[in-house]
Amino acid sequence: MSKSRRDNAGGNRNRQAHPRFARARALAAGLALPALLALPALLPLPAAAEGFGLGRTALPQELAAWDIDIRPDGLGLPEGSGDVQTGEALFSERCAVCHGDFGEGVDRWPVLAGGQGTLADRDPVKTVGSYWPYLSTLWDYVHRAMPFTEAHSLNVNDTYAIVAYILYSNDIVDDDFTLTRENFATVEMPNADGFFVDDRDQVEVPAFSAAPCMHDCKTDVHITRRATVLDVTPETETDTETGDETASAEAPAAPPEPTGLDPVLVAAGEQVFRKCAACHRIGTDARNAVGPVLNGVVGRHAGAIDDFRYSPAMKAAAEDGLVWTPELLDAYLTDPKTIVPRGRMSFAGLRRAEDRAAVIAYLQAQEG
Amino acid sequence: MTDKSASPPSPEPSFHPDPATGPAPAGAQTGPSRRRVLGALAAGAAGAATGAATGTASGASAAGTPDPLITENQPWSTTLGEGVDVTPYGLPIHFESDVVRRNVPWLTAETISSINFTPIHALEGTITPQGCAFERHHAGAIELSKADYRLMINGLVDRPLIFTFEDLLRFPRETRVLFMECAANSGMEWAGAQLNGCQFTQGMIHNMEYTGVPLRLLLAEAGVQPAGKWVLVEGADASGMSRSLPLEKALDDCLVAFQANGEALRKEHGYPVRLCVPGWEGNMWVKWLRRIEVGDQPWEHREETSKYTDTMADGRSRKWTWVMDAKSVITAPSPQMPIAHGPGPLVITGLAWSGRGKITRVDVSKDGGRSWETARLSGPAHDKALQRFYLDTVWDGSEMLLQSRAIDETGYVQPTKDALRAIRGENSIYHMNGIQTWFVAADGRVENVEVSS
Repeated sequence: MSKSRRDNAGGNRNRQAHPRFARARALAAGLALPALLALPALLPLPAAAEGFGLGRTALPQELAAWDIDIRPDGLGLPEGSGDVQTGEALFSERCAVCHGDFGEGVDRWPVLAGGQGTLADRDPVKTVGSYWPYLSTLWDYVHRAMPFTEAHSLNVNDTYAIVAYILYSNDIVDDDFTLTRENFATVEMPNADGFFVDDRDQVEVPAFSAAPCMHDCKTDVHITRRATVLDVTPETETDTETGDETASAEAPAAPPEPTGLDPVLVAAGEQVFRKCAACHRIGTDARNAVGPVLNGVVGRHAGAIDDFRYSPAMKAAAEDGLVWTPELLDAYLTDPKTIVPRGRMSFAGLRRAEDRAAVIAYLQAQEG
Repeated sequence: MTDKSASPPSPEPSFHPDPATGPAPAGAQTGPSRRRVLGALAAGAAGAATGAATGTASGASAAGTPDPLITENQPWSTTLGEGVDVTPYGLPIHFESDVVRRNVPWLTAETISSINFTPIHALEGTITPQGCAFERHHAGAIELSKADYRLMINGLVDRPLIFTFEDLLRFPRETRVLFMECAANSGMEWAGAQLNGCQFTQGMIHNMEYTGVPLRLLLAEAGVQPAGKWVLVEGADASGMSRSLPLEKALDDCLVAFQANGEALRKEHGYPVRLCVPGWEGNMWVKWLRRIEVGDQPWEHREETSKYTDTMADGRSRKWTWVMDAKSVITAPSPQMPIAHGPGPLVITGLAWSGRGKITRVDVSKDGGRSWETARLSGPAHDKALQRFYLDTVWDGSEMLLQSRAIDETGYVQPTKDALRAIRGENSIYHMNGIQTWFVAADGRVENVEVSS
């Protein structure tokens, strides 16, 4: 593919390395590549005419849709900008449910801020600020894969703004900062110099390649640590589980509960519920997770799970008497923000009416 | 299953159990499995007592009493079994229902971005059935049909191309057996013996016979430009999994695979197409492979900077630690596979592998590394694939400290955990290939321990 065609394919996305990325480029150039990287030119490759003639040429629109990666030298970074203030609002709405309002992390979801100076500690705190060497990695990842339940839902300027806010939460920029394609390379990541290329071939392989000892290799052998002291191993071979599975497999299908629900619809809803399962638990022994437990949610008042930390918006809706009727759930699952505008549920919604009906039937089938 | 866990959600494995929210405290686990193991051991001890007189520990007959399993007709011998087609695609018989993947709830309570473990303690030979080969997803296992599958090659190539699944089937293809190990396998053991069972300590590994198209043929079809030095490989799932591969590896032995163990890839292993990167860490084996971009520099994406980098004691971190070092583990006896038969003939067996080539030798120690015997290798010695080993021995019923030590064709000898810690510290998370020690008690129970160097 010609350079010009590649640039066209990227639309307004600039695929040329930006001149201000000199530092990043110098860093990359200064890294000693492993010896194996020196070989490619020697390997035989069939000339173009020797190919199989398979596949078809990728179209510019197709390349633009999939080629969204960003590199440390700025290649691929689109035009756009976003400021810390905008990013804070977006982060609160789209990211805070898992990462916390300040990037401190909820439960065990990744901590994004803080931790600088801890990398040599017994328990390092690895965050964007303390660990990530390249800002491009953050932009690429947020744009590529976040929010966790809604990949590819953040536009370019949203991404700039959220990245700006994460930088701010790590004290890397001030609160009046606006991140743009032009100033992207000027941001210095605190741990940019904290990495070195795999040196096992030099440091470890020689040390671990001596002829091994076979006899009288040590004088004293005693146990120094035991796993049973911790006892953190999950139970295996649980007879009760196996028994349950066997029973359910062999017993005739249980008669449907007298709920009036269509069992086919409920079963379909169980499949749809997978989209919800990243954040919500349901069924026997289910507990709150990122989202509240959903047993018995249909017909219940909003915000009714005592030990779940609802958003202020959801608490307000609860005080207004919001009840999760099937009709309201249908609207909420179509577009959550139309029902609870500043709620924390980061979910794009279910576009297909039959999916909503199915998942609501599935929810109804789960008793409180 | 993790829905029942006591752990808060985490999309990333954490390598220190959280005492506040994690597993039950010591002594709290008194579930059926412990009883079952103890019951088995008790039965074994009885068998051993009987066997002492006859020189064998086998069979239920005692003091000349005929075995009713032999002298009486049994249902399976007198009635008919199932016909064909009862199970068009079969699962293992229900007696084997405990040979399954398991996760460690406190690692990740949330199972969409999580990992589980191959039951290597209960498998034999070297091939891992797909249905119990460990899973690692970053955004869940997706359903992508062959009809909807597209593979793009772009970047520094003469012709950016789109392949359909059918296109891939028209390229020359290869079949080869490969191990695939998560870089974090054994990562929970950096700070000391922690999990009791090789399924959990070494089970982020599987070994399959893959069929696919050499990546170099696809790249040649697009025409790699001289400036190309790296490729980005990317998946179609919502995590958009992306890793940078040096072009030399891409042109060497990488495989764009669609079959494993003779059948289509299972959904959880990347159906319809995944990348195989022989000998290199599992994270690079991108599932649902949808795009390959050629570039002149690495991309330094999330999974090769913030993750899959190995932090040393001084706080600096190794990156591009792609090769999996030689490693081995005794799969039986092991904590999940105690010795139930008492003293006498004992088969010690395990697995060895190396990302640098073939395994040429495995040594086994019964005394915590004081002395070693060379084990017997069995089955084919494939390059960058699991190797089965056996040590056929006679157990005298005394305590043992079992270890295995792999040696590969480059002469690399699997080091002790302490030797690794001396170089890397304890925060490396990844690439823990140290020698595993199992303490075998006189009653046959087995425990994960560490011993003095």
